[in-house]
Amino acid sequence: MPGTIAASIAVNRFGLGARPGELDAADRDPKAWLARQVANKSSFAVASSGLMTTGGAAEALASYLEDARTRTAGKAGTLSPQEQEDAILKPLAQLKEIAAGEIEARTLRGIMTEASFAERLVLFWSNHFTVSASKAVTIPFAGVFEREVIRAGMTGTFADLLVASTRHPGMLLYLDQAQSVGPNSKAGLRHDKGLNENLAREILELHTLGAQGGYTQADVTEFAKALTGWSVAGKRTQRFVPGADPGDFIFVKAFHEPGKRSVLGEKYRSDGEGQGEAVLRALANHPSTAQRIAAKLARHFISDRPPPAAVDQLARSFRTSGGKLPALHETLISLEAAWQPDAQKFKSPNEFFLSALRLTGLARIERTGIIGGYGLLGQAPFQAPSPEGWPDETASWAGPDALIKRIEWAQALSDRLGTSIRPVDMARAAFGPALSPRTATSISRAESASQGLILALMSPEFQRR
Amino acid sequence: MTFPLITRRTALIAGGAVFVAGSAGALTVSQQAGARKFVLVILRGAMDGLAAAAPYGDAYYRALRGKLALALPGELDGVLPLTEGFGLHPKLAFLHESWTDKELAILPACASPYRERSHFDAQDVLETGASQVFGASDGWLGRALNALPVNELHEAVAISGALPLVLRGSPHATSWAPSFAPSASDDTLSRLMDLYADDKLLGPALASAIETNAIASASGTDSMDRKGRRAGPGAYFGLAEAAARLLSAEGGPSAAVLSFGGWDTHANQGAANGQLALRLAGLDAALRALKIGLGSNWSKTVVAVVTEFGRTVAENGTGGTDHGTASAAFLLGGAISGGKFAGDWPGLAPTALFERRDLAPANDLRAVFMTVLREHWGLEQSLLSRTVFPDAAGVHAMAGLLKV
Repeated sequence: MPGTIAASIAVNRFGLGARPGELDAADRDPKAWLARQVANKSSFAVASSGLMTTGGAAEALASYLEDARTRTAGKAGTLSPQEQEDAILKPLAQLKEIAAGEIEARTLRGIMTEASFAERLVLFWSNHFTVSASKAVTIPFAGVFEREVIRAGMTGTFADLLVASTRHPGMLLYLDQAQSVGPNSKAGLRHDKGLNENLAREILELHTLGAQGGYTQADVTEFAKALTGWSVAGKRTQRFVPGADPGDFIFVKAFHEPGKRSVLGEKYRSDGEGQGEAVLRALANHPSTAQRIAAKLARHFISDRPPPAAVDQLARSFRTSGGKLPALHETLISLEAAWQPDAQKFKSPNEFFLSALRLTGLARIERTGIIGGYGLLGQAPFQAPSPEGWPDETASWAGPDALIKRIEWAQALSDRLGTSIRPVDMARAAFGPALSPRTATSISRAESASQGLILALMSPEFQRR
Repeated sequence: MTFPLITRRTALIAGGAVFVAGSAGALTVSQQAGARKFVLVILRGAMDGLAAAAPYGDAYYRALRGKLALALPGELDGVLPLTEGFGLHPKLAFLHESWTDKELAILPACASPYRERSHFDAQDVLETGASQVFGASDGWLGRALNALPVNELHEAVAISGALPLVLRGSPHATSWAPSFAPSASDDTLSRLMDLYADDKLLGPALASAIETNAIASASGTDSMDRKGRRAGPGAYFGLAEAAARLLSAEGGPSAAVLSFGGWDTHANQGAANGQLALRLAGLDAALRALKIGLGSNWSKTVVAVVTEFGRTVAENGTGGTDHGTASAAFLLGGAISGGKFAGDWPGLAPTALFERRDLAPANDLRAVFMTVLREHWGLEQSLLSRTVFPDAAGVHAMAGLLKV
């Protein structure tokens, strides 16, 4: 029997589940196996050939908007809800193609990577800074945001990650910042547009301090004013920033609210673009942020209700390292509570999907199978239901119907793999000594190899990590 | 058999023999009580109540709403007239018919006890029924189900993959969503049940799912088309249809929870047409589908349509509205004594606004839910204001909103 319990925890709890042979690789020194991934920039990279840059995505968006305008021009009020929906949805096909490419690339990375702890960290941070393709304008950006902001930022600091996330057109469009205008700015005084506080509020509530982190409505408004001018180059901004390529981050001085700002008791001089960044960096270093990030990480990797001591250790690491992410991630590896033999987290649909495909050792899967699978399981990549991202607790994922969907998907997968598989060996290769006798017996007594694989994938130990 | 939590009133309605049993004064009821259906529709993302039920007669309405203001009744794209200077959004034609049929009551300015502006915390308070964020880890509808007599009808289904917070904590709640994948064989399911024998999470969840699937396939719900899985307002209809079919099936549950997302209209929300109008049209179609699908059960049905908080009264700088406080709530159904407003209306005068920006919370959403649970399901007020809604001593069910 390969491996020890510690190796099983490393690959299953910290990683995305074992590919064939991976348990042995981790077994030599499970903690070192994890630590190597955290420090290495290439662990976080994804093959991006055939995928668009932020600029390319912006061009695709511009051509979509033009198409949608042509289809609805002059028809307001005369279209039925179905026709209105079609007019908006039909030209979306091209944008969805971009998104599908991103989903495919991320999925193949998730299935094939030998650094699956790094991949889990990408998924965690990408969810923390959610850019959901729930709006037409964010569809082409959600994937490239993950590659160019999250993956690229994994060996830097939290503050740099926060600034990069806030400057990306995906985020600026998702949370309505791109069109926010200071009421006393040049453009605001002409009354064409006004303040939109959505991004400022969500940064405070979701990306940094947290709803209980100690800020007021006045802080939200002041921060929103500090961020005015942070926008995305497009048709409407051409006259303000003529040279910019579509999709570039731009600072539009004519949108920026003039004057000093006061956020959480700190004063910020009026210096245009830098004002918003100065607030962001202060928020990144706020003690409530350290505590909140620590609590989220511990909840994600340990249990829905992690021990306070583990959270404190992570928060301390965040503060003393100045928010260095590799240091924080190494602290996570060192936590005693993370090595409890009993798995306490129920896998998210995405984790279940990727770990199941890793277990089977499958080397490739068609795009339709990927998209359909995520849809059935209820977690389509880059389509989190809200800026809060996907939920991260058992009660959100372990509903009766969700369980049935997992069984149906496992059935479809095993139908596809046919009868040449050996599910007991697969389960042993994934869990080693952590495979329970009850599950091993159940799989070995299955009426067919195909049913055995369903039982392995749906077993209590495989559903958890 | 006695059911101590059912009141005299319900027992009388049920038409069964009524007698006092034991010192607690409990009454016997027939199974009829479980045939009283309740559908909770949660509009997630903060629905703009001032767009749905527009106070067009308020002196401040037009100035504050700007481009979002709706036209007068009778004008092109005008509101559908109600009484007291209110009108429904022009896309809410079914709701307007229901008002005329006296099956719709509107509470124009409702809020949960939560007074901050985070969607997630607000939905937490709305669903737990507690008086503050993280005040409870399970939901008020789940606790209400637990208080009803154990009976196969006193069950609830959420039309979604996961169980929403409002139903958590009850063994009588389950979730169901349409599926298009091959279903597993009974043999596989029974082997999994064995495998989960000692698993306190997966065992009960699978047992509940198997039972709901049996109801769905008996009622033909699982053969529905792909509508149920479409995204956006087009999906509301299919989900409502599925809920109606499950509720009216033989042995079907007495409550359903529907969640419709997409109401967070910070930018370009539109007025008579546009993004919000599209969602309101989807909602209206879904509610109509509920009535049609429930058939003869409609006369015993209450539908509550609520959202976690309202939006700013004034249009923001980007043609939308930001997070606010009070919003409209709707009580709809054949069991409703409607065609009228309920609760208070604070008005839009600057001095009447909450924090000088939001519609003030004049009515507690918990009172709306209590009204359904007390007047429709017959739960005792003392139980409602202590157990189902902890810390709700001062909140009471409203009288006169249900047909007697």
